Amino acid sequence: MAGKFQVRILPAYCKGCGICVSVCPKQVLGLGKDKAQVVQPDQCIGCLNCEYHCPDFAITVTEGEKDE
Amino acid sequence: MKYKDFLRKDKMPHIWCPGCGHGMVLSSFLRALAKREYHPDKVAVISGIGCSSRASGYLNFNTLHTTHGRAIPFATGIKMAKPELKVVVLTGDGDSAAIGGNHLIHAARRNIELTVIVFNNNIYGMTSGQYSPLTPHMRLATTAPYGNIDYPFDLVKLAEGAGASFVARGATAQPRHLEKIIGQGLDHNGFSLIEVITQCPTYFGRKNRMGSAVDMLQWQRDNTSTTGKEGKIPLGIFVQEERPEYCANYHHLVKTVAEGKGSE
Ligand SMILES: Cc1ncc(C[n+]2csc(CCOP(=O)(O)OP(=O)(O)O)c2C)c(N)n1
Ligand code: SF4
Ligand code: SF4
Ligand code: SF4
Ligand SMILES: [Mg+2]
Repeated sequence: MAGKFQVRILPAYCKGCGICVSVCPKQVLGLGKDKAQVVQPDQCIGCLNCEYHCPDFAITVTEGEKDE
Repeated sequence: MKYKDFLRKDKMPHIWCPGCGHGMVLSSFLRALAKREYHPDKVAVISGIGCSSRASGYLNFNTLHTTHGRAIPFATGIKMAKPELKVVVLTGDGDSAAIGGNHLIHAARRNIELTVIVFNNNIYGMTSGQYSPLTPHMRLATTAPYGNIDYPFDLVKLAEGAGASFVARGATAQPRHLEKIIGQGLDHNGFSLIEVITQCPTYFGRKNRMGSAVDMLQWQRDNTSTTGKEGKIPLGIFVQEERPEYCANYHHLVKTVAEGKGSE
């Protein structure tokens, strides 16, 4: 089941500080080797906490299905 | 326009350290600006020197990266020549309160319409962690290895005392609140100062054993208050007054003198 929101992380901008992971209320995000990753996409409630806290403009949260 | 469209994509990713709060201040500022639908050509962003002052280089407005402490004088010239521009100064605690402190108080006194956003990380980040006039008493810095015996300015009180007609304080741990007060500063017709508590994990954080950027943001949440809680650093808008603006006064004077109605 696809979630209602799409969370995209630009690896080229992400510096792996972990701030997004710490402010997500739904454990959608996790820290990979040195970058943030979306680990539970279906859990996202679109609160924008991660995008608004990211110091590196690396996260974009949009509403709607992923266009593939 | 979306706030990220204001970034110069060819200059990204920015140079700031992982977890540095400066990017969070910039993001809140751009979101506030995007909500107000300013045309990018009608915005001028001026900065001095410091990690924080690098901000202007990432923005697709009219931008000017000037010399240490002198962003406000450059901004004053721009505002006097082109009062129709929204002129914003992005500056550090060292840039604005140490070498540039004199310019800050006089711009506040004149009530010239500049939006001055101070990225206060309590340290000189760029030059590797010397104490600034906003380093708290007995905190550690490269130049205060046993503790800083100085007492810091309260920038909000300083600006208020100098005559600023809009004074506010926000924190990177509260990006929505920060966006709101920066927005109100942008709307203000007069001098506005917004101090932003931000984290430098690389120098201030490391020297003072405050942990990671995530820990430093938790420190902010534990030690600030938007509701005036006793013993916490207050966040919010402290001064918001309508007063005659400097450029308006100046252009009015020029007009009256030119029409021969100046005082004899
Ligand atoms: C006239 C002059 N004096 C000193 C310096 C060295 N210098 C560069 S940045 C800086 C302090 C920056 O601190 P701050 O404004 O707090 O910015 P931060 O790096 O912390 O964001 C100093 C002293 C300089 N560039 N020019
Ligand atoms: S907050 Fe931004 S830079 Fe930091 S880990 Fe998350 S996506 Fe990466
Ligand atoms: S929008 Fe909210 S719920 Fe979704 S990933 Fe970001 S912080 Fe988590
Ligand atoms: S030294 Fe400090 S202020 Fe400068 S970029 Fe790094 S974390 Fe930010
Ligand atoms: Mg500083």
